Amino acid sequence: MSATVLRVRDLRKAYQDVVAVNGLDLEVQAGECFGLLGPNGAGKTTTIEICEGLTPRDSGELEVLGLRWERDATALKQRLGIQLQETQLSDKLTVEETVRLFRSFFRQGPTVERVIGLVQLEEKRRSRVGTLSGGQKQRLALACALVGEPDLLFLDEPTTGLDPQARRQLWDLIEEFKRAGRTIVLTTHYMDEAERLCERVAIMDHGKIIALGSPRELVASIGVEHVVEFSVDGGAQSLDAKELAAIEGVRDVRAENGVVRMQVTALHSAVPALLAELVRRGIRLTELRTHSATLEDVFVTLTGRHLRDG
Amino acid sequence: MANHPLWQLTLVRFREFLREPEALFWVFGFPLLLAAGLGLAFRNQPAEMLAIGIVGADSAVFGEAPSLAVDPFATLDEGLRALREGRIVLLVERPAAGAVVYHYDDTNPQGRDARMRADLAVQQSAGRADPVTAREELMRETGSRYIDFLIPGLLGMNLMGGSIWSMGFAIVDARRRKLMKRLIATPMPRSYFLLSFLISRLAMLVVEVGGFLAFAVLVFGVPIRGSFLLVIATCVLGSLAFGAIGLLLSSRARTIEAASGLMNLVMLPMWILSGVFFSSQRFPDAVQPIIAALPLTALNDALRATMLQGATLAHIAPQAGVLAVWLLVCFPIALKLFRWR
Repeated sequence: MSATVLRVRDLRKAYQDVVAVNGLDLEVQAGECFGLLGPNGAGKTTTIEICEGLTPRDSGELEVLGLRWERDATALKQRLGIQLQETQLSDKLTVEETVRLFRSFFRQGPTVERVIGLVQLEEKRRSRVGTLSGGQKQRLALACALVGEPDLLFLDEPTTGLDPQARRQLWDLIEEFKRAGRTIVLTTHYMDEAERLCERVAIMDHGKIIALGSPRELVASIGVEHVVEFSVDGGAQSLDAKELAAIEGVRDVRAENGVVRMQVTALHSAVPALLAELVRRGIRLTELRTHSATLEDVFVTLTGRHLRDG
Repeated sequence: MANHPLWQLTLVRFREFLREPEALFWVFGFPLLLAAGLGLAFRNQPAEMLAIGIVGADSAVFGEAPSLAVDPFATLDEGLRALREGRIVLLVERPAAGAVVYHYDDTNPQGRDARMRADLAVQQSAGRADPVTAREELMRETGSRYIDFLIPGLLGMNLMGGSIWSMGFAIVDARRRKLMKRLIATPMPRSYFLLSFLISRLAMLVVEVGGFLAFAVLVFGVPIRGSFLLVIATCVLGSLAFGAIGLLLSSRARTIEAASGLMNLVMLPMWILSGVFFSSQRFPDAVQPIIAALPLTALNDALRATMLQGATLAHIAPQAGVLAVWLLVCFPIALKLFRWR
């Protein structure tokens, strides 16, 4: 189970005035779910579309399932399952007709009925695509990616724009494919999605990978277990970052939009110390939150920006 | 067979078309309505009665004059008012027994016609005899009426519109939705995608042309004097040529707006120049070579010649040649320029 199914070496791609991918190295092993995590514009989609054979690269090496696009495009397409960002399938076709169309392009694969069952759209089989909800449309797009029994599944932002319930339903489906031993490469700008689905995550920023590893490793790498966020009456100006940083167990202090954000190694000692400090100075606390460090915190630590900021 | 990608793609074309009621109306219903409306408006009527007025004359003079409806007026002023208001086309005034005055607009053919008929009646009642005897033989033949001229023109116009719109919209829509990009990410052969448009277009043609011609023949008695097969072959060639033009027009456009602007730009001059509603011979001689090179002119001329004059393939070879050139030039350029994503 350790065959390399995707090998990318020093990949580069520039559009007129923007460098989208700037020397990217990547290896994906068979059977793993690999995530490309990064803000909008980090180069995730360009990277995945180069791997899908849709966008030509400027330079670099690329091997998919041991094959190359230049030589083996036809064979490769038979073995890949692809879900693009923002594809609108034809509204006037039914779910079944759409799946049947895509199934007809592949030499082998499950029956149309089975694929519709896989994505739990049996009840919508005869419904027009135009009448489906966002989550159902996304599941249909997934069905169209599965019709060829792919050896490698590319999912580009599979849950962007969905409501929380539809997202969880899609995550359940993807987890089922993982259990079935499929290899998946997905892009996302949701850190919770990457944390939940991916064995390994590459954090991308400005066309480069800035961190790579399992979500647990990545979180551990910043040496911070917890994050404390709080705001106070009169705004954060009344506080001195240096004094806060002097509290035991506090590592990094930033103030953003009136919210102070501290990385903390020992929650049990840092929070009482913070509260005592605020009481001593007569400052009223209006909000206090703590959470275990996440991939979001990794991104913030590495770039100084949030994933959502783009 | 049922699961062949080309078959599935063609089915998609039909489904998308048949599930769009508006498209169905514009392709099938509208041409029939247009033909029916124009056919009614321009139908050949029995010789029309001309309304004339008389002042101071005896209406019995016109008793036997054909086609004249005579209206006596008490005063000259009343008669002249009726003439100005268009209720009559000629006012006959008899100021004295041996004199007659005709009031009419000499630029109005009906006025001139009424004047000649009235004058004949006046002169004959005063005792004029014709030195030569004349006999009339009437010829009202099908094939020379306006509706006969119109039907082939409308057929050509529909083939142009149908090919260019259906091709253009479906392609640009698929590109705009990124559906085309999704399709080329599959192993689907790209030629199948384009072929499916061609096949569905030709299949639709059977219904479109068949229905329209049946209507024209049954309702208006429009003749098909040449080979029916040649008419169909001409329609197929025309559709292919316009399909290629439609493909070219939609080969780059990313939005429906851009494409439809381009399509209208190309089609509008042909609606006017190519002899759909009136003969293209009305335009100056200097532009005739350009008009003759337009694909719709070629298609309309070939259809008219085959249907109305019973032309054979040899007769319409020049028009067929023009259509073939459009097809063979536009198709490769369209493929070359085609934007798949």
